[in-house]
Amino acid sequence: MAADTGADISGAEIVIRALKDQGVKHIFGYPGGAVLPIYDALFAAEGIVHVLCRHEQGATHAAEGYARSTGKPGVVLVTSGPGATNAVTGLTDALMDSIPIIVLTGQVPTHLIGTDAFQECDTVGITRACTKHNWLVKDVNDLARTLHEAFQIATTGRPGPVVVDIPKDVQFKKGPYIGPGNVRHRTYRPKTDPDLGAIVKAIDMMANAKKPIFYTGGGIINSGPEASVALRELAKLTGFPVTSTLMGLGAFPASDPQWLGMLGMHGTYEANHAMHDCDVMVCLGARFDDRVTGRIDAFAPNAKKIHLDIDAAQINKNVRVDLGIVADATKALKEMLHFWKTQKRKVDQAALAAWWKQIDQWRARNSLAFKNSDKIIKPQYAIDRLYELTRGRDVYITTEVGQHQMWAAQRFKFEEPNHWMTSGGLGTMGYGLPAAVGVQMAHPESLVIDIAGEASVQMTMQEMSTAVQYELPIKIFILNNQYMGMVRQWQQLLHGGRYSHSYSEALPDFVKMAEAFGCVGLRAETPAELDGKIREMIDVKKPVLFDCRVDPNENCYPMIPSGAAHNELIMSDADDGSAVGEEGKVLV
Amino acid sequence: MQKAAVERHTIAILVDNEAGVLARVIGLFSGRGYNIESLTVAEVDHTARTSRITIVTSGTPQVIEQIEAQLGRLVAVHRVTNWTTAKPGVEREMALVKVAGTGEKRVEAMRISEIFRARVLDTTHASFVFEITGAPDKIDQFIELMRPLGLVDVSRTGVAAISRGPDAM
Repeated sequence: MAADTGADISGAEIVIRALKDQGVKHIFGYPGGAVLPIYDALFAAEGIVHVLCRHEQGATHAAEGYARSTGKPGVVLVTSGPGATNAVTGLTDALMDSIPIIVLTGQVPTHLIGTDAFQECDTVGITRACTKHNWLVKDVNDLARTLHEAFQIATTGRPGPVVVDIPKDVQFKKGPYIGPGNVRHRTYRPKTDPDLGAIVKAIDMMANAKKPIFYTGGGIINSGPEASVALRELAKLTGFPVTSTLMGLGAFPASDPQWLGMLGMHGTYEANHAMHDCDVMVCLGARFDDRVTGRIDAFAPNAKKIHLDIDAAQINKNVRVDLGIVADATKALKEMLHFWKTQKRKVDQAALAAWWKQIDQWRARNSLAFKNSDKIIKPQYAIDRLYELTRGRDVYITTEVGQHQMWAAQRFKFEEPNHWMTSGGLGTMGYGLPAAVGVQMAHPESLVIDIAGEASVQMTMQEMSTAVQYELPIKIFILNNQYMGMVRQWQQLLHGGRYSHSYSEALPDFVKMAEAFGCVGLRAETPAELDGKIREMIDVKKPVLFDCRVDPNENCYPMIPSGAAHNELIMSDADDGSAVGEEGKVLV
Repeated sequence: MQKAAVERHTIAILVDNEAGVLARVIGLFSGRGYNIESLTVAEVDHTARTSRITIVTSGTPQVIEQIEAQLGRLVAVHRVTNWTTAKPGVEREMALVKVAGTGEKRVEAMRISEIFRARVLDTTHASFVFEITGAPDKIDQFIELMRPLGLVDVSRTGVAAISRGPDAM
């Protein structure tokens, strides 16, 4: 690190230099009083592109999209007070979904901290619960080290968001710069190497399984593309069926015959029944979320469970497992492969064949089927057409939150990791549009589509302006059913059809709105015109708002009602809402 | 799920003595709905800038396991040790107990304090301040006995704990 020693530079210059040394090419931000020195240093900086978002929440989601689609951390720069509080939703979202983002916040000068100064807030206090770690840097001498530690903590172990809060006087003060090579955190040592004894035990259980299943999650994506490669090889070697959480889609190719589709509340019939009936469950980088398990005391009652996670706190948190392995997914999967091959392990072929026969019977239910119409666009049909017409391209999908998100997860077939960006844990409406901005920034030549709902998309609609400014040809494909569809569906199933405030009485004209933003607006109202309009959307080299008018009353099935077990799926409107018991109603 | 019995555990946490570290630990307990029965914290090594937090908590074995794991993933935490399960430890707590009264009650308070080996830190004609050290249940007992004798105020330190034998936590 020849450049480590040298003349002292300002705190703001230390920030820029640290970002460059960390390989940062893009930052998403919004200026304000308490970060002006950093913006001043940025003005002269070369090699870093700043993307001016329209709201700090948008900046954080853009950074999330950027991070999830590249495997690199997303960087955000915002001011004190409202700049920081507006970032809180994105920070919490990133914490829930283990997305590495580094949020730099300006703070009032140190001598004003605690005086209720203009645009002051207790940023580290507010963000303590929604970051993996955070810092208030009161001394410029600590700044470079803290920034490098922030990158290390955000990107290693279980990834997550961090905040570095930098008072304005610290940005002006001169101090020494040290490079990332000279920084080693005092205590932070995430465990990534698996216990080999546990690996051997795991393959032992797998080899003796009669009804096995791989249940994979976002941990496979976060571990890097190698983990997906290893998972595919392990699935091939064993012949086991594979299902995945919402966050894990793409780790295993949807076109593969061993793929059962997504599991959980809106998962497929075959995935959920296989989870319920399996005798050995191999959970890889997932966390037994309540959307996945359904009623916990009826969850896979006869299964021996293996749980691989990089975060020790996930083991035995929601579900007691028989074998916990704390390790990075890539390393653990490679060891599993190694021992499976060198110990010449074999599966119980006869049992596995019987298991697949059972699974094929469940598959024959064709649980994602829907009744199509030639008069009105069914949302499922719209997603099917979007998928078919974009095949063969490098497509990245982001989503908002609700029915459209579940339909996208069920129907859009992902073949590769890092191509699916959605708000899983927090369920943040308004995530998808800014996330698409971040994805397109990282992949300028790819086709980036936000599958949206008309309610969600209005929460961060202002970021269309960002897309226009940076010439990001993102496609916002709005399944417009005029309802908060998932809220309406729950009201139908659980609240006697009393649609309390889930209908949008006054929607904007999305086509005119697109024109006002300076992008392209398209509308499809009939199935007949859908394909042509989708083609037009793909061909336009500009951001597009696509108003796809769909059936307002369509529900998303299958559905495990709240408080029910995996084998108690409801499949259609014909199954009435009585499936939800009183206990289930209090669940979310 | 079957209802498992709630157990009381004493957990020691060695942390970096940096700004906000106590808030992180306490925030974890309040945010995830864990109990804190008592908490003590002080710097234990000035040169290494480490503090030791001792928390008495209660929960089912699964919850206690979660508490230890969640504490372990805090960045500023060096070590977490459960004195109730991992290593045998000794626990002590100190309390200052003020008893006001005259006549026979005052004499009785003095007699009981001698049985409990409490020290008198302050006295007036109408009051005592006792210092008592011991396991928490011994202090509980002492306080209960003082209640009818004119107990007016109690200040307890919370539990400090350390392992038996030659090893550190």
